[in-house]
Amino acid sequence: MEIKKIEENVYEIPKTGKMNVPVRIFASEKILENIKKDKSIQQAINVAGLPGIYGQSIMMPDAHQGYGFSIGGVAAFDIEKGIISPGGVGFDINCGVRLLTSNLTKEYVEPQIKELVNELFEHVPCGVGKDSNLRLSDEDYEKVLNKGVEWAVEKGYATNKDLERCEEGGYMKTADSSKISPRAKKRGRKQLGTLGAGNHFIEVQYVDEIYDEEVAKIFGITGKNQIVLMIHSGSRGLGHQVCSDYIRKMEEAFPEIVKGLPDKDLIYAPTDSPLAKDYLGGMSAAANYGWCNRQILTYQSRKAFDKVFGKVELDLVYDVAHNVAKIEEYNIDGKLRKVYVHRKGATRAFGPGHKELPLVYRDVGQPILLPGSMGTASYVLVGTDKAMNETFSSTAHGAGRLMSRHEAMKRFTSEKIVKELEEKKIYVKAASVRGISEEAPGVYKDIEDVADVSDKVGIGKKVCKLRPMGVIKG
Amino acid sequence: MKYKYLAHTADAKFKAFGKNIDEVFVNSALAMFNILGDTSKVKPIKKKKIKLKTNSYESLLYDFLEELLFLFETKRLFLHEVKDLKISENFFLSATVVGDDLGNYDLNGDIKAVTYNDMKISKTNKGYEAVVVVDV
Repeated sequence: MEIKKIEENVYEIPKTGKMNVPVRIFASEKILENIKKDKSIQQAINVAGLPGIYGQSIMMPDAHQGYGFSIGGVAAFDIEKGIISPGGVGFDINCGVRLLTSNLTKEYVEPQIKELVNELFEHVPCGVGKDSNLRLSDEDYEKVLNKGVEWAVEKGYATNKDLERCEEGGYMKTADSSKISPRAKKRGRKQLGTLGAGNHFIEVQYVDEIYDEEVAKIFGITGKNQIVLMIHSGSRGLGHQVCSDYIRKMEEAFPEIVKGLPDKDLIYAPTDSPLAKDYLGGMSAAANYGWCNRQILTYQSRKAFDKVFGKVELDLVYDVAHNVAKIEEYNIDGKLRKVYVHRKGATRAFGPGHKELPLVYRDVGQPILLPGSMGTASYVLVGTDKAMNETFSSTAHGAGRLMSRHEAMKRFTSEKIVKELEEKKIYVKAASVRGISEEAPGVYKDIEDVADVSDKVGIGKKVCKLRPMGVIKG
Repeated sequence: MKYKYLAHTADAKFKAFGKNIDEVFVNSALAMFNILGDTSKVKPIKKKKIKLKTNSYESLLYDFLEELLFLFETKRLFLHEVKDLKISENFFLSATVVGDDLGNYDLNGDIKAVTYNDMKISKTNKGYEAVVVVDV
């Protein structure tokens, strides 16, 4: 296979065989060597062969092997003659990140960081089998699915400012809760406002470096050492089940399509089929659950902060979804076209002036949140016009794994990681101590490299760097 | 050997073995739950009968493992063993799942979903084997 270097940090695999478009890889030389080690490039090539794909099958610098589609992948399909694929979104529909700024400083919080982390852990149900503190009526549950954060505002869990600062204004208007199976609803019923396990976390961070003072200020970043809070979670069991349900439905509805696929997890519904509409409705409703989930986690976190420090202002900067498919409009071959943009482990990166951005960010572009692995830095970036033209307004979503969880468990002991983090003055509290080794910093690509590629290529410019002080996880 | 774990960058992958298809399914369930914890330490307290029907061995394995995840999340059932598993010719599966409330054990992480990625059920000279990747 030929990998052509187009420019610094940009590579292309030309169209050959069954590919409808080329593959484009955004990576440094070092990252590219890592990407080559697993099946992610082959997966991007497979995606390039799907019907109705426009532009390129895109791989972000944090790309790694997924199922069907790679993680860190972006692909846009024609809204009429294209496809929509659950595997192009992922099992954790609307897995995403939000960032909140505070009026506290590192110096002020440091002496009480353990107390704060312990309070967060008390307020937020974490880990496997921990039920939500909320009991939802049937009517409430339907509203969560159809109205997302708007429901949370109604119930007093969110402010109007929270609502405005979520991607899609807090809920996708394409949602249809009737397209979610009772089975999926059952799985999500007791999980709203729970963190979950795996790589999900809530992290107390401080601003370590600012690259763009002006944009940082608009995002609410006031200066170095400001305390911020990052929340990473998704749509929990409900979203996982929606994905599973539709993979099975599509597999059964389109046996002829399955036969022609190199990997069953690439199964899709042609956009003109009823199943495509159903999946869009169900996936959107699951995405709304995801935004609502992060909102309830925010509500609980605010209470924990207040308990330790008295009244604290925790203002939402933005909430981004990094596993989702959406209808967006792009200028393709000189024509304005509607497409289904699939982002699986990729962040939307709207540039300045985009009409879907809240007014407060419209002049500068969308905040992009890149969480690092446990114990390492995270970044805030800003969307650009270049992303609009080159990546269907998308950039990376985080560090990206290098090593299997199984391998990680063999190599790192939790005790050692906790000790090392403590030496760096990072306090970790996890529901499962054994789970820590799976998420060891060493199993991820270097987040600095990922952020640098995005910045240098210009698909998401660096605004500031954040460092962790305290983490809770499942 | 009932099963072994294989390398995968992001997710968990395993290969389960068996003299026949039924045994491969039983051992796949054990492989999946041992990602989360030690099934041999789980007490046989709760029981649940399951019945499934699909149109291929692969989709049956997918649905079977997914049903176990569903019971894990909604009934808090952590697996000790799968008893009396029978698969008939027309891809009909019946089994009894035995285990205990997950709250009584120290669990290691979560499994989000079963995937079709690299899934393969094949005949070997010793019987059958199945490869499964689960999203964790």
